[in-house]
Amino acid sequence: MMNYASGVPADPEPPDRAPAVTARGLTAVRGDRTVLRALDLTVPAGRVTGLLGPSGCGKTTLMRTIVGTQAKVTGTLTVLGSPAGHPSLRPRVGYVTQAPSVYDDLTVRQNLAYFAAVLLPGRAHRPARATAVGAALADVDLTDHADALAGRLSGGQRSRVSLAVALLGGPDLLVLDEPTVGLDPVLRRDLWDLFHRLAADRGTTLLVSSHVMDEAERCHRLLLMREGEILAEGSPDALRRRSGTDTVEEAFLHLVDSAARPARATREEPRP
Amino acid sequence: MSTARTLATAARVLRQLRHDPRSIALMLLVPCGMLFLLRYVFDGGPETFDAIGASLLGIFPLITMFLVTSIATLRERTSGTLERLLALPLGKADLIAGYALAFGLVAVAQSVLATGLAVGLLGLDVVGSPWLLLLVALLDALLGTALGLFVSAFAASEFQAVQFMPAVIFPQLLLCGLFTPRDTMAPALEALSNVLPMSYAVDGMNEVLRHPDVTSAFVRDALVVAGCAVLVLALGAATLRRRTP
Repeated sequence: MMNYASGVPADPEPPDRAPAVTARGLTAVRGDRTVLRALDLTVPAGRVTGLLGPSGCGKTTLMRTIVGTQAKVTGTLTVLGSPAGHPSLRPRVGYVTQAPSVYDDLTVRQNLAYFAAVLLPGRAHRPARATAVGAALADVDLTDHADALAGRLSGGQRSRVSLAVALLGGPDLLVLDEPTVGLDPVLRRDLWDLFHRLAADRGTTLLVSSHVMDEAERCHRLLLMREGEILAEGSPDALRRRSGTDTVEEAFLHLVDSAARPARATREEPRP
Repeated sequence: MSTARTLATAARVLRQLRHDPRSIALMLLVPCGMLFLLRYVFDGGPETFDAIGASLLGIFPLITMFLVTSIATLRERTSGTLERLLALPLGKADLIAGYALAFGLVAVAQSVLATGLAVGLLGLDVVGSPWLLLLVALLDALLGTALGLFVSAFAASEFQAVQFMPAVIFPQLLLCGLFTPRDTMAPALEALSNVLPMSYAVDGMNEVLRHPDVTSAFVRDALVVAGCAVLVLALGAATLRRRTP
């Protein structure tokens, strides 16, 4: 597992940019359940931030809140300098849901062409759209399947079509909900390489959720989440060091145990 | 609202349909088949075929477009593409107008075929202009699209969406004057039929059937159907939420 860290630049310090996402006292309610409990967090710009935690801990709700599709949210949440969900953010934030959201009865290229036309409408943008579609296809390595119906593709291929849609128009912030679930190791490595290329070359901020802890080693920075709260945030190295463990998985378990033992040790403890 | 985004959406909906030739065939051919059947069911009474045939020319597009739109928008909701679109710079009006435009075009094709068959081949005796029949058919199709869009918000599955057809359409079918003139119904039912849009669709068709000119009653009927379509489309737009629980 440790060899994953080889692909991550050594310096996890955020560059000299304002954070892409800042949340203070962020609370979200679904039905009669409080899914996010007064979260404070920051997502540094131009970095790959991993959002990790067990299924059902609120990762998807947090992502939907950042994208601005979650109702019943209180607290402050600033995304790229504007309140989350502000209309000006719509072209700047790419969101990939856990289940691929594409049209199964269109080809891959037709899917991309439509979403590109929503982002860059009009005849004048036609060349720009063609370029964007070609680039997105190449990014997710689906150029060979461009003319296949999305519904006929494998699960992994469909989720890459969904990712390609989010890459159109070069968003400043990419929010990816479990993008590597069900993919083979080669594809997973390729996608993580793509994520790092996006961050390094285009300055894109990525927030990637996963419940597979070994993917944590590939992130610059981590948010560990449990039951609607942020358990810890920091670089994988810092988290391991602080809990004296070898892997992020052990660090997570250590944090869960120590949070459970004394009458709720404060959440601030594991922070820098 | 952006024309380019509306047109892109309409083109996308039509492209989806093109990958499904069986649905296209059903949409275009089933009304023709029904008219054909009807003509020979009333072989002994051509005037009955005239009355019912003209009404059905208005009812078919409404029912077809209702079904097609409610399933199509429900799919859009359940597949996550609606959430994705509403997180992009797409206006709700762009989406709805795109759907209305795409299915409106399908409705034109369907109505041209059905009206052509009824008037040209089956000898439907219309005193007024067949173009007016076509106009009412198109308005009915828009109304069907609008109703389908609206009810899809209340259906959790395609199974439920199909069940909305008997719930929303059948009562109107019974009360619209197709089976018996509306003024011979029980007063409460007549009053109810006065506020249901399909009644005006059928009345409009009957105006064209009996009068050579555009009558004021026809204009009123057409305006009522168009007004209802716009109203329900607006209600449908209100069910599209950018933020969902």
